[in-house]
Amino acid sequence: MICKTRVRRGEYFDSVTLLQIAQDMLRLPGVADAAVVMGTPANKGILTNAELLEPASDTATPDDLILTVRAESADQAEAALDHAETELRASGTRQDGDDAPEVRPRTVAAAAKRFDQANLTLISVAGHFAADVAVEALESGTHVFLFSDNVPLADEIRLKTLAREKGLLVMGPDAGTAIVNGVALGFANAVPHSPPAPGGVGIVAASGTGLQAVTCELARRGVGITQAIGTGGRDLSAAVGGMMMVDSLKALQIDPDTRVIILISKPPAKEVAEHVLESALASHKPCVICFLGARQKDIATPGVIPAATLELAAAIAAEVALGGDPEGVRKSLKKRNKDLRSQAYKLRATLGEGQRYFRGLFSGGTFCYETQVILHRMLPGDRIYSNAPVNHDDRLSDASVSLGHTAVDLGEDEFTQGRLHPMLDPTLRNRRIAQEARDPETAIIYLDVVLGYGVHPDPAGSAAEAIREAQGLLAVEGRTVVFIAHVCGTNEDPQNLKVQEARLRDVGVVVLPTNAAATRLAGYLLQRIDETYGNQ
Amino acid sequence: MAINDLFRQPIRAINVGLEAFRESLASQGAEVVQVDWRPPLSGFVALTRTASGIDIDAANAEALGRIIRGRPLLVGMGLARRVVPGMGARMILHAGPPITWERMCGPQRGAVMGAIVYEGWADTYEGAAEMAASGAIAFEPCHHHHTVGPMAGIVSPSMPVFVIRNETFGNTSFATQNEGLGRVLRYGAYGDDVLAHLRWMRDDLYPALRRTIAKTGPIDLRSLTAQALHMGDEGHNRNRAATSLLIRQLAPALLRTSTKRVAESVLRFIDSNDHFYLNLSMAAAKSMLEPAEGIEGSSLVTVMARNGTDFGIRVAALPAQWFTAPAPIVDGMWLPGFSASDANPDIGDSSITETAGIGGFAMAASPAIVRFVGGTAKLALNVTREMAEITAGRHEAFTIPALDFQGTPLGIDVRKVMLSGVLPLINTGIAHKDPGIGMVGAGLVRAPRACFEQAFAALRALCE
Repeated sequence: MICKTRVRRGEYFDSVTLLQIAQDMLRLPGVADAAVVMGTPANKGILTNAELLEPASDTATPDDLILTVRAESADQAEAALDHAETELRASGTRQDGDDAPEVRPRTVAAAAKRFDQANLTLISVAGHFAADVAVEALESGTHVFLFSDNVPLADEIRLKTLAREKGLLVMGPDAGTAIVNGVALGFANAVPHSPPAPGGVGIVAASGTGLQAVTCELARRGVGITQAIGTGGRDLSAAVGGMMMVDSLKALQIDPDTRVIILISKPPAKEVAEHVLESALASHKPCVICFLGARQKDIATPGVIPAATLELAAAIAAEVALGGDPEGVRKSLKKRNKDLRSQAYKLRATLGEGQRYFRGLFSGGTFCYETQVILHRMLPGDRIYSNAPVNHDDRLSDASVSLGHTAVDLGEDEFTQGRLHPMLDPTLRNRRIAQEARDPETAIIYLDVVLGYGVHPDPAGSAAEAIREAQGLLAVEGRTVVFIAHVCGTNEDPQNLKVQEARLRDVGVVVLPTNAAATRLAGYLLQRIDETYGNQ
Repeated sequence: MAINDLFRQPIRAINVGLEAFRESLASQGAEVVQVDWRPPLSGFVALTRTASGIDIDAANAEALGRIIRGRPLLVGMGLARRVVPGMGARMILHAGPPITWERMCGPQRGAVMGAIVYEGWADTYEGAAEMAASGAIAFEPCHHHHTVGPMAGIVSPSMPVFVIRNETFGNTSFATQNEGLGRVLRYGAYGDDVLAHLRWMRDDLYPALRRTIAKTGPIDLRSLTAQALHMGDEGHNRNRAATSLLIRQLAPALLRTSTKRVAESVLRFIDSNDHFYLNLSMAAAKSMLEPAEGIEGSSLVTVMARNGTDFGIRVAALPAQWFTAPAPIVDGMWLPGFSASDANPDIGDSSITETAGIGGFAMAASPAIVRFVGGTAKLALNVTREMAEITAGRHEAFTIPALDFQGTPLGIDVRKVMLSGVLPLINTGIAHKDPGIGMVGAGLVRAPRACFEQAFAALRALCE
């Protein structure tokens, strides 16, 4: 072991800098011990105890800096001292202070204090913590977008009551999407905003995919939205009482940019539906109501416009917003349906004996629901089984195995425990495509493909690959299955609607622009099949 | 804010959870702040009101107000047995929560042995250890006697102490004179050299300082600490500025009340010891915090203290209880020849400074200290900002130039610690684990979470 010492006269450094430099020296090769200290008697005592005190150090005064090192070789000792001197020079000229990362706040309250005029908090922490975080956000005066699911109903009521007192919005829990001031929250699509885009449609939806479908359809028709607010699926239950839908509706009614309003939900509790309708009538602003599966005559109150499907709601709102005639829209959709019926005739010919069932594999819960509603209407005697059934009796006992006509929502809890939502990870649905293709009774495999921010980068490509493999299996058995799909998205979405539709068409999928259109095609085809077999 | 107001504003978002949502918002041009969220510590629920109907926030506001209004003055000195309330004839006070000789760590045992010989209760250190083990000595925490002691924190009856009176509330606190660096009792060193120094402090330093303070009249410690924070001190691990300011105040009176020889030795001693002010900083902190003890329903921490074996905290609403957990090892920078394997777990009452909003909490005032964590001046700002997450407010008198003269974060709220998972950060020295060796390094340490979980459970019981 070799000891080396350097003394720098009249140089002062604070002891902490020096400790750090000594610490750095200890990491260098061959260095056993090192000290960089001012030459005070106390420090010399320390050097003596560490057996680092050399005659050179002894001459140092408290104003001198001592650098000393014990290393395996003289070279290593000198290298360490050189290193320390370089560090000393650098310590006076450090410029990185301002570039150090800002520590992130650990709580919403702290973030709100630091971030002046924050107006919205997005929350996606685990469900049983989410309500407390949301309370903090509301107490800090921000609106809340609550993506988290598994938030207890009692907490939802507590949050929305508090929000109401403060004039704030709670979107969610389990809010998948919203577009506020042109900014997409959660899984939303790139759609035009009004102004400057023509139109000015404001939307309030208790359904994430319903909201996406309507905004995309408006975009396809060149109509912009003002605000698209998601309330969470339970908002229109009797317990929550539609608090956020009503508050949002009122806000859109007095919003000068909004010309037409669309409300979307599954059928609300009766008293809630009445309350919402009453609120809609409180203003002369046109209001399109799409309560999927509700009897249209229950909604048909003078002053509001009922729409049975998401597609129709968007089409009517677009027409009204642009100053057109909503009746024209209904007519043109009727004509489109007629075309779909003839298309179904042709597809019937590709199916063999025994192929009779519909198999819908959904990533969007609202699409699954809307499809069931439409098929029930088109096939009055048939049962449509589901893990999220419209008719309680049609619940699948095992969601992983289809039965007769099946519409399965792969975004339901039984499929997402411990795995990503199918919009993010299509693996499970891709496997299910092969499973349905193997079933000789399958006539139609039906898919929804959802684009937008935050979802899979190429969902149609992934599905197309699975479909091609399934077709391989079918070819071996000499069968074909009709693949029908619709893509919910826009050409401005990161995945691009046209590109995604083409991926599916390339593998022989019949692609339609909306879920309602695609379901109708399936429905007409099933009607043809039923003519052969008779109703079940 | 009404819903319609939101429609007219650019989105300024706070994102809690999935990082992808932050990225998505930022890519759309919205301003967004990401919260580094962690689940609350175990057992957390929102607490707002005690079962007896006391609003916890209001109780904390009262506690905070009392701490801020407190004005600690150095008013005199005396021997512990004469001035410290409840000081028994065969009693030794120690740092941290209550502890027996059997569980005491090395440095604290070493200091106890030194103190026994210093008092003349035993002739040898072996004899002192036997006496300590025999039960003949009463061991009590300094904190049970309005006293605070750095590191081992040993106070025996014939040690001189400073007397600090809180002018606003009339309570009195005590602390010994700081011994300086090297082989000293507070780091567990004992031996003839250590005792000779203690005797000098009793026989020369103490009388001189007592005469001096009688001449100067009360010295305002809150003002002194506040000035030192503007001069690079944080009041715990750096006391160079405050010590210098103190000398300035004492020197004229010292020269008038002592011989030139004594005055010179006193000034030389204080000048050689950058931590001379530490004990006063601690006693001032204790003095400010005591009036908050016992405020019903307050969830603010009034004591954080370590004895080298346990770390303990006390809470305003539950003034008689200690909530303890094993003392952590300090993450530090090591003096030459020492490493982490030499370190004793965290020790000393000096964390009373953090409890009173200085020390680690005032790190932003002391960029010189920040190299302990291997960081930059910016990091010092960040530490202070982080501590603001768990405090009820800020001190009005203790301000930080680098934060535009914002007050230091003050009043650790057990509820906020639980909710955020942010544990108080303490800036501290490190003692050798064996008695008699002394200081081996310095660094940063976080208070153990278990102390807060226990305290919270006790507060929760008050609310049910």
